[in-house]
Order: sequence, then C-alpha cells, then structure tokens
Amino acid sequence: MPAQSIWTLLSWGPEGWSDDIASGVLVTIALALATLPIGLVIGFFIAFAKQHEEPSLRLAGNIYTTVFRGLPELVTLFLFFFGMPLLLQYLVRLFNPDATIDVNSFVAGMIVLALIFSSYASEVFLSAFRAIAKGQYEGGYAIGLSTWQTMRLVILPQLIRIAFPGLENCWLSLLKDTSLVSVVNLAETLRQSGVAARVTKHSFLFYSVAALIFLALAVLSSIATSYILRYLGRREAQ
Amino acid sequence: MSVSQAIVIDKPPPQARGWPRVRILGYALVGIWMLFGAGIVAYLVYAWNAEFFARYAPAYLQGLGTTLSLVSISMVVGALLSLPVAYGRMSKNPTLSALAYCYVYFFRGTPLLVQTYLVYYGIGSFRPELETVGLWWFFREAFYCGVFAFSLNTAAYQAEILRGAIESVARGQWEGAASLGLHRLQTLRKVIMPQAIIVALRPYGNELILMIKASAIVAIITVYDLMGNAKLAYAKSFDIQAYIWVAIVYLVMVEILRHGVEWIERRITVHLHR
Repeated sequence: MPAQSIWTLLSWGPEGWSDDIASGVLVTIALALATLPIGLVIGFFIAFAKQHEEPSLRLAGNIYTTVFRGLPELVTLFLFFFGMPLLLQYLVRLFNPDATIDVNSFVAGMIVLALIFSSYASEVFLSAFRAIAKGQYEGGYAIGLSTWQTMRLVILPQLIRIAFPGLENCWLSLLKDTSLVSVVNLAETLRQSGVAARVTKHSFLFYSVAALIFLALAVLSSIATSYILRYLGRREAQ
Repeated sequence: MSVSQAIVIDKPPPQARGWPRVRILGYALVGIWMLFGAGIVAYLVYAWNAEFFARYAPAYLQGLGTTLSLVSISMVVGALLSLPVAYGRMSKNPTLSALAYCYVYFFRGTPLLVQTYLVYYGIGSFRPELETVGLWWFFREAFYCGVFAFSLNTAAYQAEILRGAIESVARGQWEGAASLGLHRLQTLRKVIMPQAIIVALRPYGNELILMIKASAIVAIITVYDLMGNAKLAYAKSFDIQAYIWVAIVYLVMVEILRHGVEWIERRITVHLHR
C-alpha cells in the first residue's frame, strides 16, 4: 500500500482527491436537480391520464408505469445509452447520410432517470388525486371556473400538499439512482470516488466517502423538505 | 327525497359520445405505444439471428438462475437479519433503538451500488487481514459479496416493513391477548401476526420486486447473472437485442410477481370484503 496518509489523500489539491470528488458531487446534484422538474411534470400528466374517465387515456398511462417501473433501472439506462444512438442515427441518416450521433451520458442519464422518477411520482400523484373529493371539482365549476382554472386554482394546491411526503421518497430514490449513471462513465460522485480508489488502492476509504456523501445529501434533503412542508402547512393554516 | 329520486341522482354521468378531444389524445397515445411495441417486435423479427439465439439463450437461462438464487438467498437472510433490527427499532432501550435506527438510515440512505462496491472492492482490499481470519474465500467471490450487500440492504427495508406492520395493529389487541393469559410470543404468533401479514404483504411484494430489479447491478461487479450475461452478449456481438431480450425477461418476471401478490392479497382479505 502507498505510504501516503489518509489525510493527504483526502486533502484538497493535486495530492488529494477531495477536489475531484467535490466536482463529482456537483454533477450528482446537477443531474438530480435537472431531472426533478421534468420528472414531476411528466409524472403529473401520467397521473392525470390514469385517473381520467376516458379509458384509452388510462390505458396509455398504465402502460407507461408498467414498463418503466417493471424494468430494472440499469437495463433502461443501457437500452437508452446504447439503443438511442442507433435509433437516432437511423433517423438522421434518412436526411443526412454521413451524420454520426453520440449520446451524452449526462443527457442519457437525465432521460432515463426522468422516465423512472415520473413513473413512481405518477403513482403518488394518482393517490393524491383520489384523495381529493369530487365536490372540490364541482365547487370549482359551480363558481364559474373553467376546467383548467379549477385544476390550477383549486385542485393543484391541495394535490401538492397531499402528494408531498410521497414525492419526498421519490426524490430520495432519484438521488440514489443517480449513482447508476456512473456505469456509463458520467463523472459523478461514485465514479470519481472509484477512480480515486483504483489509483490509490484505498478502496474502502473512498467508497466509504462516497457512501457518506450520499448519506449527507439525504440528510440535507430531509432538512430542506421539512422546511418546505412547514411552509406548505403555514399556507394551509391561513 | 324519495328513494327512486336518490337512485336517479346517483347514476354515473353518461359516457361522452363521439370524438371529444381527450379521446383523440388517448387513442393517439395508445397508438404510439402500439407502434412502439410493434416496432420492437418488428426489429426482433428483422434482426432474428438463429446463431445469436443458440449461442446466448443457454447463458441467459443460467443467468436467470443466478439472479433468482441471489435474490432468494438475500431475501431469506435479510428476513432473518431484519428480526433483531425491527426488535431494536421498537425497543424502549435508547442505545438499542439508536443503533437500529442508524443501521436502517445508512442502508436506506445510500445507493445499493455504493454498498455493493464497498463490500466487493472495499472489504476485498483487506486481503491479508481477511486471510488471517479465514474469510477471504467468502469476499473473493463476487457472488457472495453481492449476497452479503443485498442481504444487509434488504434487512433494513424489511425491518421497517415489519415494524410498520406490527405497529399498525392496535394496542388493544396486545392488551386483549394479555388479559386472556397469552404470553408475548403467543400473542405475537396467534393475534398480531395474522393481522400484520395483511398489512405487510404488499410492501414485502414490492421489496421482492425491487430486489429483482436491483439485482441487475451485480453485473457491474462481474457476477454473470441475467444482466451480466446480457452485458457479455452485447460486448461480444454489439447487437442491441441482447438488452431488449433481457428487458423482456425482467418485465415478465416483475409482472408475474406483481399479479401474484395481488392474487394472494385478494385471497387473504376475503373476510374484509363484503
């Protein structure tokens, strides 16, 4: 084993690995934060489709969740990472014969995580939709709001409050799932720690660091969500 | 209000007729899915390669066996480990409950992939020490490391399921059993468990499904499970159908399990339906 002490290895700068791992942490956070809004919006619309009275819309939504909740995250990731370029290349070559396509691993990871996140989030939204009494819609229509206005002004504020704890769980699993994107060479926390582990031969140390970073991110998220929850609760009290 | 009026009012609203906008959208979306499915089937037919199939199908079958044994061993070991953890979580002893809480928080708060690396590469890096203790044979094998990490991970989740189920049974049930003279173990077995199982069944089913899905990650630490064989097949042939086939197998497995759990749930809650 190398003679460097643990503290040198963990220091900031050319000798240590903290700066490399920190850049990985930024990528992890960026990936999770970039996925969140896309996943939330898709998840909301899927849930909306699944509780709609139109059977074909329900069917389409149910197929979506069945597929993306049923496939292992890793399989979805590999299918997209390796399959997407083939498909795009085929399509692009119809117009431009010598184009080549490379899929960025950040974008591939973002798409896959959004698909997975939205299928789980749609279940949360769906049960929130079911918790809202029908009278809320009828009340909205009775005072002359349109369908869209009722959704935005009456249903959505209640929906968010009911769905929030479930969405927090979805966010935590999204945060953990970002580590899978390291497999397709995205330089995020786990990937950078892995590089450090391989170079220095201190595997246990660096993988523990990665685990602690994910743990810290989870703790930070739960602090943040408790603030948001308190804010939502205050809104309700008014 | 007369009874007949109430019946008239309770009728569901009539189905929309014709082609309202949502129906067009719904049919279009279902159509996209059908096109997508047909596209995959067409691709598999078009790219049908008897040699590929003959070469890799046995490997996939063997990989399926590895996946199933990994998941079943981990689930059983995890179930055994979850008993003391759940006991600790419910215990009134602050040290015990804090320890159990930390265990659960660690394994639920970090990615399974990190835990698997930590076991396989992390613990595996202490080779001389492990050799002196005589445990090197265990941590040398990627499969055993996978089982080790998965068991610890699922134990944390199962402990929470168990705790939630037991705590969902009302206190009066314990007190009632105590007043009948049953001791704690008898109460647990004859009064609490039959009620807790109904609550726990669905989460246990979900945990099993999550484990099957998560088991794909052992392919990264060189275990040749279903996913591992797909990776190998792709690396050798550069044929995307390697992953399409594996996706179909996983999807079928998960769907069978999901419907099985729903069937069992219907069976054991017969007395609750009217």
